[in-house]
Amino acid sequence: MPSTMGSTSRDDLSRAGGARAETASGTTDGTTAGSTNGGTTAGTAPPGDVPVRLLDEKGVRHPDPGLDRWLTDVDAGTDDARGALLALYEDMVVARRIDAEATALQRQGELALWPPLQGQEAAQVGSAAALRDDDFVFSSYREHAVARRRGVASVDLLRVWRGVTASGWDPYAVGMATPQVIIGAQALHGVGYALGIQADVERGVVAPGEGGTAAVVAYVGDGAMSQGDVNEAFVFAATWQVPLVLFCQNNQWAISEPVALQSAVPLVRRAWGFGVPGVRVDGNDVLAVLAVTREALHRARTGGGPTFVEAVTYRMGPHTTADDPTRYRDASELDVWAERDPIARLAAYLRAGGLLTGDDEVRVRAAADAVAAELRAGVVAIEDPPPLSVFDHVYAEPHPTVAAERAEHAAYLAGFADTGTTTTGTTTTDTTTSGEGADR
Amino acid sequence: MTTQTLTLAKALGAGLRRAMTDDPTVMVLGEDIGRLGGVYRVTDGLQAEFGPRRVVDTPLAESGILGTAVGLAYRGYRPVVEIQFDGFVYVAFDQIVSQLAKMHARTRGAVKLPVTIRIPVAGGIGAAEHHSESPEAYFVHTAGLRVVSVSNPQDASTVLRQAIACDDPVVFFEPKRLYHVKGEVDPGLPLDDAPPMGTARVVSPGDDVTLVTFGSHVATALDAATAASDEGVSIEVIDLRSLSPIDHDTIAASVRRTGRLVVLHEGPRQAGVGAEIATSVTERCFDFLEAPPVRVTGYDIPYPPAKLEGNQVPDLDRVLVGVDRVLGRSPASSAPAGAEVGA
Repeated sequence: MPSTMGSTSRDDLSRAGGARAETASGTTDGTTAGSTNGGTTAGTAPPGDVPVRLLDEKGVRHPDPGLDRWLTDVDAGTDDARGALLALYEDMVVARRIDAEATALQRQGELALWPPLQGQEAAQVGSAAALRDDDFVFSSYREHAVARRRGVASVDLLRVWRGVTASGWDPYAVGMATPQVIIGAQALHGVGYALGIQADVERGVVAPGEGGTAAVVAYVGDGAMSQGDVNEAFVFAATWQVPLVLFCQNNQWAISEPVALQSAVPLVRRAWGFGVPGVRVDGNDVLAVLAVTREALHRARTGGGPTFVEAVTYRMGPHTTADDPTRYRDASELDVWAERDPIARLAAYLRAGGLLTGDDEVRVRAAADAVAAELRAGVVAIEDPPPLSVFDHVYAEPHPTVAAERAEHAAYLAGFADTGTTTTGTTTTDTTTSGEGADR
Repeated sequence: MTTQTLTLAKALGAGLRRAMTDDPTVMVLGEDIGRLGGVYRVTDGLQAEFGPRRVVDTPLAESGILGTAVGLAYRGYRPVVEIQFDGFVYVAFDQIVSQLAKMHARTRGAVKLPVTIRIPVAGGIGAAEHHSESPEAYFVHTAGLRVVSVSNPQDASTVLRQAIACDDPVVFFEPKRLYHVKGEVDPGLPLDDAPPMGTARVVSPGDDVTLVTFGSHVATALDAATAASDEGVSIEVIDLRSLSPIDHDTIAASVRRTGRLVVLHEGPRQAGVGAEIATSVTERCFDFLEAPPVRVTGYDIPYPPAKLEGNQVPDLDRVLVGVDRVLGRSPASSAPAGAEVGA
């Protein structure tokens, strides 16, 4: 395996998502080999290949006339501005704490599986912070920080991963669909939902809010960029100019496959070929992510159609708790990305400006610990649902096959209750006592 | 009640028009459905009447169409999507099976996806490859979907409206051979006056053999009933109408009287709808059966080229051979492979 980033400039984040000839021809170390960018010699890459960034790795804020106008609230220097920045910081810290707790819970047998988000806190919190309540999110399965920002209770984030339900929350209550496991399928749902927003406005049943219509953000990963559904979503979204932001967290790895295996060019360039504006952003810079997402949402709300955002970030942990990344990536790669840590970066910026005091840090840490404790208590208290609930909600309207099979299984289960053995004899159990939502 | 003489294609269009008029959330999406009116002209005139925002020509990507419909339904719409030909639905399979079918259960009832998928189905029309498929078994096998197939213009109109009004996703099969068949249709028939969507119908009563079928083969079955009656055999023909759920009660009630079952469909035999019905009848009516159930179906082969499709699509004679067999008077050569084993 080639050596890692040491031989190249660590500031050139754009390499992280681009393919090189070396990787395309079989090298598996997608973030390290070569010094060119998508076949273009470093330094002459198309401007869009260089991720936009407002906070450098030391936390120094760099002005950007194009993006600063989207951050007037957090840049204002007021108490409110400080509060907004601290909220971003706290959300990121708490997300990481939830992530660590969930991983621990999985190791202790309390969860069946967990897909960690560590390293992607800025991409998720920054983009979610740009949303309005009437917006809607379709996500993949790793967007825990997005879901929390939308209002999902921490314990509800983990229900699916405990294996007790197919979804942990009501999508309409928080404006976010439940996790999608089929890679990329949700991008099309985002297109359809956004088409529905368009239709609602045209029918006059929903008035555009201040700043324009509601919009949709569909989160996908770098692996999903190879899926037909995502490419079809680009086509459909561009054709209909729907209010959609396709937000790709390029975390460099699809389980063991480096992004170079998904794309011969930086992902952001794909968008332009579909007629969709694309922007590549440093996904570990929460302010830059917030700014580009706000800009993209503004375009969506005001009739400008879809935007593609490629947030260049890194999956610091395994794909899931069942994965072993030491089999396919060099540990030194983590050292490189640890220096780009999104939370440390924002903290450095805030400390330098006197916006994050020692007391604040203690308070945030305590808040994160409290969430983790509440999460743990909540998760271990989740009981298995009643067996017959597997027949609930298969159909929205009565269905005789499901009703008959429910009765059959109820009778089978009742055999145990009646006899205390494994026989499946007669039963007196009321087969309709299966809780709300039973097929009527 | 005002009836008109309409082709099945026109009856479908009338059903769509009625559903769109009754409910502003009904949208129609598909390939070539706008100005062209669809390759079978089912949506003829709808875009002119309801506008391109409700009758939407889509890019040529079936998974995209279905995924978009899922999102629209998520937002509160009732999309009706047209898959141009049966063989084109497979590229949308994940969106149908993993997304559309499972969303209601996945969200514990929070999200309803009332999507209707119209699919021109089956062969017998001399079409090109991938234009004559009978893929119903895939969808019947999938929990969360309802599956219907229509056999006449009135059902085409009313069952389509019922499918659109249903809060579950419905796969709606339109036999291509019937598009130009005419019948009396009341496009405004109150849905409450029509038989419920999940029910079968006895279209011709009889005493000796129960012949269960659906779609275009209801006509084949009726021809068989006529032919058999000349020989003194009384066939009861049941139009299944709904393939999921299957109206087992109507079938069983008939078989308990006749003691004999023939199932007729064009799709492949193995694990097909006929297998489900034959098994169910055997389970429910074993003591009433005078003979093993007989399946008259398409073979387990790729749909043949047009000049050979007569070998695949069951016709009157194949049905009559099946009837002979269930009556125990068939020559051995007409029994299916392996049927004599243990006989």
